Amino acid sequence: MSRLLARVMLDRFVNALIVLCVMLAAIPVLVLLLFVLIKGLPGMLAPGFFTSPPHPVGVPGGGVFNAIIGTLEIVGIGSLLAVPFGTLVGIFLSEYGRNRIGDTVRFVSDVLTGLPSIAFGIFGYTVLVATLHHFSAVSASVALAVLMLPVVLRATETALVLVPQSMREAGLALGAPRWRVTIEVVVPAALGGIVTGALLAMSRAAGETAPLLFTALGNEFTQVNPLQPMGALALTVFKNALLPYSDLQDQAWAAALLLVLMVAVTNILARIYVRRIQR
Amino acid sequence: MIAWASMQADVAAPATPQAEIEIKLDARHVNFFYGDFQALQDASLAVQARKITALIGPSGCGKTTFLRIFNRMHDLTPGTRATGEVLLDGHNVLSPDTDVINLRRQVGMLFQRANPFPKSIYDNVAYGPHILGWSKPQINEIVEESLKDTALWEEVKDRLHRSALNLSGGQQQRLCLARALAVKPDVILMDEPASALDPIATLRIEELMQELKKRYTIVIVTHNMQQSARVSDFTAFMLMNERRAGEVIEFGPTDDIFNRPKDSRTEDYITGRFG
Repeated sequence: MSRLLARVMLDRFVNALIVLCVMLAAIPVLVLLLFVLIKGLPGMLAPGFFTSPPHPVGVPGGGVFNAIIGTLEIVGIGSLLAVPFGTLVGIFLSEYGRNRIGDTVRFVSDVLTGLPSIAFGIFGYTVLVATLHHFSAVSASVALAVLMLPVVLRATETALVLVPQSMREAGLALGAPRWRVTIEVVVPAALGGIVTGALLAMSRAAGETAPLLFTALGNEFTQVNPLQPMGALALTVFKNALLPYSDLQDQAWAAALLLVLMVAVTNILARIYVRRIQR
Repeated sequence: MIAWASMQADVAAPATPQAEIEIKLDARHVNFFYGDFQALQDASLAVQARKITALIGPSGCGKTTFLRIFNRMHDLTPGTRATGEVLLDGHNVLSPDTDVINLRRQVGMLFQRANPFPKSIYDNVAYGPHILGWSKPQINEIVEESLKDTALWEEVKDRLHRSALNLSGGQQQRLCLARALAVKPDVILMDEPASALDPIATLRIEELMQELKKRYTIVIVTHNMQQSARVSDFTAFMLMNERRAGEVIEFGPTDDIFNRPKDSRTEDYITGRFG
């Protein structure tokens, strides 16, 4: 009887431990979100926040319209570069990469994942800014694309490896060539994971500041030409947070909140989309 | 080991006394290697057209390995090698000039676990014909025909465009069968197709096999002796030899294998003394 009691106690103890760990992991995230929400909401509700570019220091009002456009454009171009290429490399790794070449690609990608993000900024600066003698949004996109690449390709590979081998065999046993089975059976079966990986990479890129510092540089005016310096939400947060003006600090909080919301909404929409196509 | 010639004679005589025998698939002296390990040794099997041939034997005796050679599925496993001949209508499928894609269209396969694509019921069956580039009306027709052949049509005709993954296990396996039938194969290989199914779903598959053998040649791997006895016309009993390579011990009409086995090892297995 006491043995049973000991086992019941142990069971309860381990369960409690698990709940505690979940809370320890979840609480900081929730607190952070709440904090950003409380601090950011006033700035976000200020008139002109979404629609107007920043006003000069000392002039009240102004918003982050330029930075919203900038973030969308820089991350958009970066994603156009990184997602298709990264997905294809991921498909190669999973379906054809059980060899030396695959191992090399995996190794390089893991090294890239571990690089500090400012290194990608230096890369963008050296490759595009220094050679063109001009800061530009597209140099930031390239830097972010390189940063996104390992995330996209490893997520794609992981998602594809999870597709059961029997699915490939079923396709091949019907007389389908391997490339068609890969494109028409394996990739659709893993689409949820692939899309999630791409979004994860985009979210991460949207929040990065260091790669933008000496590539996109920042711009107080609304700029859509990717060959010109451009603002971005992360840069707004970085610059305004360090300024001794409370309205601009509020704007930094609001910009941070906006970034969080953008990432959250994209993720939710993608999940709904994936669920729908898989039904 | 029984000599090849006598085996063939055994096959011929009692089953079809007057009708002409058509050998659809003829495996001769097949050896198979995973790297250095030999998994099959001198395995031979003459599969008659429009009959059901069962491969039985204990786990690890090479039944599935043997079956997968017939449509070159072993190509997918790196480091494997098959020697000998497997003649499909007289052409050796193991020869390097065999068009594997075309071979697999002629020799379809049903797997141990139902493996429908995560697509709609319609798209599952339509996939093979789609690969072959058939027209939309043709595909519609063949989808309906295949689903009727597998007794699924009435059950799914109102939800053809819903996900196949919502079907029950037995329905999924019949869907996989319909998918295999849709490319009009000559031979269907079945690798323990009912091992994950309940008795009723198993029975339905077995009933279907009896219908299908009027038009198709079926080779089935099963570890279930009762199933082999119930459904098959011919049975091959396989066993691992002392070097762990699979061999065909005895092959003949199912009735003979179960009631008048020639080899004492077959008798031991049939009567449940081992395996």
